[in-house]
Amino acid sequence: MNFMEWATQISVIVIGLSILIIFLRLIVGPSIEDRIVALDLLSANAIAFIAVYSIQKNTTTFLDVGIILALLAFLSTVAFAFYLGRRVKQ
Amino acid sequence: MKEILSGSLLLMGSLFILLSAVGILRMPDLYTRMSATTKASTLGIGLVLIGTILYWQDFGIASRAIAIIVFLFLTAPVAAHVIGRAAYLGKVPLWEKTHIDEFKKSVEPPETGSSTPE
Repeated sequence: MNFMEWATQISVIVIGLSILIIFLRLIVGPSIEDRIVALDLLSANAIAFIAVYSIQKNTTTFLDVGIILALLAFLSTVAFAFYLGRRVKQ
Repeated sequence: MKEILSGSLLLMGSLFILLSAVGILRMPDLYTRMSATTKASTLGIGLVLIGTILYWQDFGIASRAIAIIVFLFLTAPVAAHVIGRAAYLGKVPLWEKTHIDEFKKSVEPPETGSSTPE
C-alpha cells in the first residue's frame, strides 16, 4: 500500500465524516437559511469527494460531474434566496 | 515525489473540509456559520483539486479542475452574500454577543426630527 492509496483512503474517510456532520446541521438547523447553507456545503463536499474518487478508481470522467454540480449548487442557492426574499416582502 | 506532493495536498484539503464541517456544527449563529464554511470549504476544495491536477498531469483534467476552482471562487462569496442578506431581512436572530451591526442603519433609517435639536 503506497502513500497515494493511503492518502486517498484517509481523505475519503475525512470527507465522509464531514458530510455526516453537515447532515446533522441539515436536520437540526433552526432556520431555513441554515438548511440552505448546509445544502450548499454538501454539494461542495460532493465535488471534493468526486475528485478524490477519480484518483482512487483511476477514472477521469467524473470531473465533468463536478463542474455541473458546482453550477447547480450556485443556481439553487440563488434561487432559494430569491424566493426567501419574496416571502419577506409579502 | 509527485505522489507525495499530491497526496499531502489531498490530506490538507480534506482537513480544511472537516474544519468547515465542524464550523457549521459548532458556531453560534447563522452568520458566523456562513463565515466559517465559505472560507474553509473553498480553500479545502481548491487544495483537493490542485492535488488532483498534480496527480494526473493531463491537460484535459487540469482545465476541468481549474474551471471548477475558478467557478467556486467566483460564486461562493456571491451565494454567501445573497443568503446572508435574505436571512437578515427575514429577521434571523444574531448571536447575543454581536456588538456591531452596520447593516441595520441602511435597513431602518433613524427617524428624522425625533433626535435633532430645534
